Amino acid sequence: MKNEWVDICDINDIPPMGAVCALHDGKQVAIFNLSNQGEVKSICNYDPVSKASVLSRGIIGDIEGRHVVSSPLHKQHFSLDTGECLQHEGIKVNVYPVRVVNSRVQLQQLDS
Amino acid sequence: MVTSINKKRVIVIGNGMVGHKFIETLCDQKNSDIEILTFSEEPVLAYDRVQLSSYFSGESATDLSLASIKKYEEQGIKFHLNDKVISINKSEKTVVTEKGIEVCYDKLVIATGSTPFVPSIPGGKGEHIHVYRTLQDLEDIKSSAKVSSCGTVIGGGLLGLEAANALKQLSLKTSVVEFAPQLMPVQLDKEGGKLLRKKIKDINVDVLTEKNTKKITQGTAHRYRMEFTDGSQLETDTIVFSAGIRPQDELARSSDISIGERGGIIIDDYCQTSDKDIYSIGECALWNGKIYGLVAPGYQMAKTAAIHCAKTLSEEKVEKDTLPCFTGADMSTKLKLLGIDVASIGDAHGKQEGSKSYSFTDSKAQTYKKIVVSENGELLLGAVLVGGAEEYGSWLQLYLNEMQLPEYPQQLLFPYAADPDSTTTGVENLPDSAQICSCNDISKGEIASCIGKGIHDAGALKQVSNAGTGCGGCVQLVGQILDSELNKLGIEINNELCDHFSYSRAELFDIIKIKNIKNFDELLDKYGQRSGCEICKPTVASILASLWNDQILDTPHVTLQDSNDAFLANIQKDGTYSVVPRVPGGEITPDKLIVIGEIAKEFSLYTKITGGQRIDLFGAHVHQLPQIWKRLVNAGFETGHAYGKALRTVKSCVGTNWCRFGVQDSTSMAIFLENRYRGIRSPHKVKMAVSGCARECAEAQCKDFGVIATEKGWNLYVAGNGGMRPRHAELFATDLNDEILIKYIDRIMIFYIRTAERLQRTSVWMETLKGGLNYLQEVIIKDKLKINNELEEQMKLLIDTYQCEWEATINDPEKLKRFSHFVNSKETDPKVIFTTEREQIQPA
Ligand code: SRM
Ligand SMILES: Cc1cc2nc3c(=O)[nH]c(=O)nc-3n(C[C@H](O)[C@H](O)[C@H](O)COP(=O)(O)OP(=O)(O)OC[C@H]3O[C@@H](n4cnc5c(N)ncnc54)[C@H](O)[C@@H]3O)c2cc1C
Ligand code: SF4
Ligand code: FES
Repeated sequence: MKNEWVDICDINDIPPMGAVCALHDGKQVAIFNLSNQGEVKSICNYDPVSKASVLSRGIIGDIEGRHVVSSPLHKQHFSLDTGECLQHEGIKVNVYPVRVVNSRVQLQQLDS
Repeated sequence: MVTSINKKRVIVIGNGMVGHKFIETLCDQKNSDIEILTFSEEPVLAYDRVQLSSYFSGESATDLSLASIKKYEEQGIKFHLNDKVISINKSEKTVVTEKGIEVCYDKLVIATGSTPFVPSIPGGKGEHIHVYRTLQDLEDIKSSAKVSSCGTVIGGGLLGLEAANALKQLSLKTSVVEFAPQLMPVQLDKEGGKLLRKKIKDINVDVLTEKNTKKITQGTAHRYRMEFTDGSQLETDTIVFSAGIRPQDELARSSDISIGERGGIIIDDYCQTSDKDIYSIGECALWNGKIYGLVAPGYQMAKTAAIHCAKTLSEEKVEKDTLPCFTGADMSTKLKLLGIDVASIGDAHGKQEGSKSYSFTDSKAQTYKKIVVSENGELLLGAVLVGGAEEYGSWLQLYLNEMQLPEYPQQLLFPYAADPDSTTTGVENLPDSAQICSCNDISKGEIASCIGKGIHDAGALKQVSNAGTGCGGCVQLVGQILDSELNKLGIEINNELCDHFSYSRAELFDIIKIKNIKNFDELLDKYGQRSGCEICKPTVASILASLWNDQILDTPHVTLQDSNDAFLANIQKDGTYSVVPRVPGGEITPDKLIVIGEIAKEFSLYTKITGGQRIDLFGAHVHQLPQIWKRLVNAGFETGHAYGKALRTVKSCVGTNWCRFGVQDSTSMAIFLENRYRGIRSPHKVKMAVSGCARECAEAQCKDFGVIATEKGWNLYVAGNGGMRPRHAELFATDLNDEILIKYIDRIMIFYIRTAERLQRTSVWMETLKGGLNYLQEVIIKDKLKINNELEEQMKLLIDTYQCEWEATINDPEKLKRFSHFVNSKETDPKVIFTTEREQIQPA
């Protein structure tokens, strides 16, 4: 089962430098479209600091060159590459493998 | 006891504030041949007596401590606590303590401070009768308070008022009894005393003046009865004496050291007493016939004595003129008494021959200011401030440095009336020798040199220079010096927006306008770096909207918006949203109320009347927002921009239509204003209100723009604020007709949008605007900058291109796509769970 890629949506469903939330294997996954920089990224949608499923609705930016999303509730930054919270050491959200194939966004099947 | 071989011993009697300062300074001299020994009658090492009262507002004894046992031990300083020195033998050079210790000294320092003066009144001693000087006194007062309901302070001077504050904090009904006809007779003149008395009464502290306590007897309703010489009496449970201090000079007296006629140990300019091996410093010392009851002069004495002591012990022959002298000290003070700012500088009473004084009482703001100037009007001799003391720092400098006053010295009382372009602070003009921090004797030059060495942060500057670490009275001035020095060094005070743009918001506004930039990427490309963040993106989005008014959810802009703007609703703690339809002026028809009710019921939303005269519906899932708004738009509602940095509400009262007092139609004006300015994006939110008469039921004076009806038209107030730091709005213009009123608001609003920093409400903007209200009036009314046409045109564009954002969104299928929780499923967020309270939903 592992390694299989699941179709989620079209890349055009996510505005450039914007994000959406996908339901993936029962989990809420935020997908970020950095396509003008040639990439998509994906981390957990749940913000463990504010305790709400909102990270896909934050603003994408960079802190000294690291891609981050800023939580819409209390503005903590989460790294899009590692899931780490930059303001609270030790807090980290899951990172998910994601790719774009023929303009379709795909997430990898999770371990069962 | 014998002195350790070769070491010279210095004994300090009294480990109070000044004794401790002496020890610190002596240690700084790095003379390893000196051994220091100190005795204290109190059970603890030196603590901050100046801040003593904060013990009642939660500070602990350790918070107040100045010296620590650990540090003394590390530095090899020996100390005996709880042991009083009872005699000095000058010929043997020894001291003896109560516990029987006898030690010899090479140099002796008497720093025994003072004792509170308690007049001998029959019945003047008792379990619940106290003084106010030591931590122990405070403990005793605290215990008394537990078994008392009211308390009285005898003495309405500085310390008396502090004691009164303490009683008040201990929840006692408090009175102050003063012998003189006014409060703080030493520092304040009659008018100042009068205002202070009124303000103190306003906070429910009783003030009785011209009362001389004859005796204290047992009371009937309360524990004690105070009988006054005029036959009147007062009953109270606890009494605190604060009738002045007396130098503690007993030791010197009994060992034949010269004492002043009215007490105090006589010292010379090096703080030596009549015995050259004995120094005296602090409140027990008498210099030039004067006792100094403040800590700053005591510190200066401590330094003088310590340097003299170190030098004379280490060198055979000391060049006298290389030693610092004590040359007297200034007794100006600034204090917050019972929460009221009070300050007194120099000759407050105008006693100097030929002096002239100017004063100004603002009975509305309840402030009093007075300046005393020399006969020729060139020098400031003294001043009094009650109710507000912002001027203290700069006036003190004018006084201490004998600086030339402006041609019309009375201008000092009205800084706003002066030329707005000239800097009012004038720290640039201070000589380097000007003493800025009197607690620690730090000059402007020393502070400037720290700044020159690269310390550019206010907090660090305080630590490194030590300025501002005492009473805190100089902190504002130190800040001004920092700004002015940075300016001199050509370093701009950094107001760069963020890491991605090295420009302030106001600068970016001009760039975007002049270069006609239409989107974020273009701006980033030409003027910024990397990809942006949650600070610059919404700021630029707001500027673009203020200038070009494109739809905020249009493609290039949508990802710049704060989450609230991005979904045209306010996000709540559980990720759901609130819905706030606009209700201009708070006027709403029954039909519209019913629609709101029906929608709330159908979508099961929590409903609440807001503080802004409209209705908020909470708990909507993101996919419900378009459904809800379709219904609202169909019923004639528009978006309320509760989510935006934009106009919020224009509160109104019923005005002439219904109210028997109304003089103008305030409701119609409020509705007109709300419809005119809705949707305009600004640096922060903007609120307005219109009241129909001076009774001010719409609370216009705490709004960004406040309009109050007069018989002849409208008074316009600007830059008020509620919220975290309330600010009373300032009266901008009076008796305006409708047309001029609107013109002025148009212009001010665009001027604010153009020049304010990010998230700066009009209140803060006004405070940073050089020249303040006066300048704004020049720009808006007199067109000083010749920009009014431009401002009006910009406003016209914004008004003409207004569109309801929700109406535009529900009619655009592309935009609606984003309103679902999952991109690949119709399910809602399973983490959102509601419970019920008072028949409505609440987040679980
Ligand atoms: C709903 C309401 C409270 C209520 O139940 O009554 C409210 C709710 C919020 N206020 Fe407020 N304020 C509300 C009236 C006020 C008022 C009273 C008024 O406007 O007359 C004030 C003081 C007046 C003033 O602003 O000067 C007020 C001062 C604030 C402040 C402090 C602003 C300041 O300058 O200090 C904030 C924080 C901020 O804006 O940075 C704030 C922020 C907020 C936010 C937006 C906080 C947030 O980000 O979640 C709240 C969300 C509203 C929502 O989800 O819909 N709210 N807030 C009121 C909505 C009024 C309306 O109809 O639009
Ligand atoms: C409530 C309060 C508020 C004040 N507010 C201010 C203010 O805002 N600004 C300001 O400038 N000043 C203020 N002062 C005054 C300031 O505290 C004093 O000027 C300062 O403490 C004087 O220091 P000192 O070392 O001379 O005396 P103290 O601090 O009184 O120290 C003398 C010490 O010597 C001890 N001692 C006395 N005799 C002997 C002996 N024979 N043997 C051993 N030990 C002995 C005493 O017990 C005491 O601990 C305030 C004072 C009080 C009480
Ligand atoms: S402000 Fe004046 S006109 Fe308006 S409701 Fe109050 S009393 Fe009436
Ligand atoms: S003047 Fe008291 S801290 Fe500077």
